[in-house]
Amino acid sequence: MSNSISTSIKSFYEYEGKHRGILGWILSTDHKRIGLLYLWSMVGFFLVGVFLGFLMRLEMLSMGKTIMGPQTYNAIFTLHGIIMIFLFIVPGIPAAFGNFFLPIMIGAEDVQFPRLNLLSWWLYVTGGLFAIISLFLSGGPIDTGWTFYVPYSIRTTTQVILPLIAAFILGFSSILTGINFITTVHRMRAKGMTFFKLPLFVWALYATGWIQIIGTPVIGITILLVIIERVFSVGLFDPALGGDPILFQHLFWIYSHPAVYIMILPAMGVVSEIIPTFARKHIFGYKAIAFSSLAIAFIGTLVWGHHMFTSGMSDTARWVYSFLTYIVALPSAVKVFNWVATMYKGSIRMSAPFVFVMAFIVLFSIGGLTGLILGSVATNVHVHDTYFVVAHFHFVMFGGTGFIFFAALHYWFPKMFGKMYNEKIAMTAVGILTIGFLMLYFTMFILGYEGMPRRYYDYLPQFQFLHILATVGSWVLISGLLLMFGNLLYSLRKGASAKANPWNGMTLEWMTSSPPPFENFNYHPEIKFGPYEYEHYEEAVKDEYK
Amino acid sequence: MSTNSHNIAHHRDDFGSKMGMWLFLFTELILFGGLFIMYMVYRVEYSEQFHLAAKELNLALGTINTLILLTSSLTMVLSIVAIGRGSKKISIFYLISTILLALGFMVIKAFEWGAKFSHGLYPGGTELANLSNGEVIFFGMYFVMTGLHALHVLIGIVILSFMLVFLLRDKINKDNYIKLEAGGLYWHLVDLIWIYLFPLFYLLH
Repeated sequence: MSNSISTSIKSFYEYEGKHRGILGWILSTDHKRIGLLYLWSMVGFFLVGVFLGFLMRLEMLSMGKTIMGPQTYNAIFTLHGIIMIFLFIVPGIPAAFGNFFLPIMIGAEDVQFPRLNLLSWWLYVTGGLFAIISLFLSGGPIDTGWTFYVPYSIRTTTQVILPLIAAFILGFSSILTGINFITTVHRMRAKGMTFFKLPLFVWALYATGWIQIIGTPVIGITILLVIIERVFSVGLFDPALGGDPILFQHLFWIYSHPAVYIMILPAMGVVSEIIPTFARKHIFGYKAIAFSSLAIAFIGTLVWGHHMFTSGMSDTARWVYSFLTYIVALPSAVKVFNWVATMYKGSIRMSAPFVFVMAFIVLFSIGGLTGLILGSVATNVHVHDTYFVVAHFHFVMFGGTGFIFFAALHYWFPKMFGKMYNEKIAMTAVGILTIGFLMLYFTMFILGYEGMPRRYYDYLPQFQFLHILATVGSWVLISGLLLMFGNLLYSLRKGASAKANPWNGMTLEWMTSSPPPFENFNYHPEIKFGPYEYEHYEEAVKDEYK
Repeated sequence: MSTNSHNIAHHRDDFGSKMGMWLFLFTELILFGGLFIMYMVYRVEYSEQFHLAAKELNLALGTINTLILLTSSLTMVLSIVAIGRGSKKISIFYLISTILLALGFMVIKAFEWGAKFSHGLYPGGTELANLSNGEVIFFGMYFVMTGLHALHVLIGIVILSFMLVFLLRDKINKDNYIKLEAGGLYWHLVDLIWIYLFPLFYLLH
């Protein structure tokens, strides 16, 4: 049954289901099609978010009003945050690459609940549309910042309710994906695929699923309460009626801090796939990496207070949260050390996905270490609400998750689309991206340290030079993005056909054709070896996939 | 572990379906959990006013509603047991009983809320404005928590009605009643949350 694979097997693109054309996509319950639907919608929203960021940086090019007034600036940073967080980074890697690869990597034909999976995409699109429609409704674009802090979110006259409903729906979509992935991992593994033979990307998605389930309902109820406050003025967050606005912040961060782990854990999973493949070595500390994902998922739910060091909390609460924040840095560090140790004495192949990962390790480490400066109460008070926080956040989220999103895109591009991209252009793009990134965001560390507050549309003369540097950096960064996406889009049409296993990987997605057939395999996968045991490469990988 | 992961389209995994349902119920618990945390914080902050305000609630109606919901959980279980034994008619009878009890709960709830509204005890109401902050918060929590619970009862009624249609059309039958079980799990959750709401609002004073 395993002969002549790549020629006679129809890929899932060619498979004809109940519906044709566009309906064959938006009504398909095939996890691969849903993954691609997510991918395209997310790249779309990402580019909108990038454009908004570009406008913000342009405004900061000179003092005073450059291209927009303060109200527009408030609306734009809010939208930039909402789009990038709720529509790109949170669903990000799990919804696009997780959907496509989780079932394949465990040797399953689909997820446990395929129709629910399609529903989550529909909810995602509905949430996105609501967010966009809200811009044109009475009151105008929301200006609260993506954190929706009360009391301002209750008092502002801008359109708050619809974006909140959008966030609620997006949360629901995220929960359904989490439930689906957890159940799939428990129930759908192929023969021989024990938990400790799971690829680490699957482990990361599994841990992420748990955070989605534990955290997201809390933001759901918090958002509902803000809507209720706006409509009925119940007073639960209103001091005039006895309510406590700080309680909102607690509830908000109970979700939104774990949410940053929803954003970063899948990225760490991708890194744990790419490094062994390109170092051709067994991953160092498989169990340590797997369990550190669970540790992050667990401890990550206990550290939310570090967002509120200056909001008004008892000193005891502050040192406890600070202490826990230091603890949660440990599992992340465990991962970084294991990745570096994996490369030691490896036979490294410098390909675009691997170079993205190298950039990630540097940027993420800077982001992580500055996180400790923010996690310690004494230093936090000085840089709280400055560009330092903005820089830290973008280092871990963009330099972390964003770069790995791109790495995953390059790593799995041949598998998803059956085409190869131009390697040289991809490498050049990584270089330009990294330089632009450092110009833009490292500058912000210095700006923040010197006292530039975040969310201001204007600044004092002494910050001028650094602001110009950052804005120029944003242009470099965007050129890198355009080059990278341009290269991929061009390859989609004109690229050379990809082999089934272009990187000589050992995980299951490389043991099927590129792109995979409908229901993923034309044989029954049986797993004998761990996902990174390259010493067994010859035995594990069928001849046609070598 | 599912060893026969192939032919998923034809392969049923009731255990997996239930696992998904349990995970979903877990998220529901956490959704309410946010409100329970708020209740706890405000109860500590305004313990005396909470005592005072709780006396305004109608203990008799609350108790009747508790009994109604508990009974409805029983009829729900009986409906599932019945279909498992192949008695379709009995299963339908108990399922309809469950839905009727749920509707009864909503009617009584409407009377309760109606009485509060006619006394001006609602957010923005004249009477509530004269009360202390702690009492305002108590009624705020009361309306939000029992309101969200009532919304869940309504959703439950819709779900169980669908189950009824499936039962009538034999889509739920002796050999495949996982849908009814999942619907039942949801209904028990609605019941369970009320079991906590009842003492917190009606009994603690």
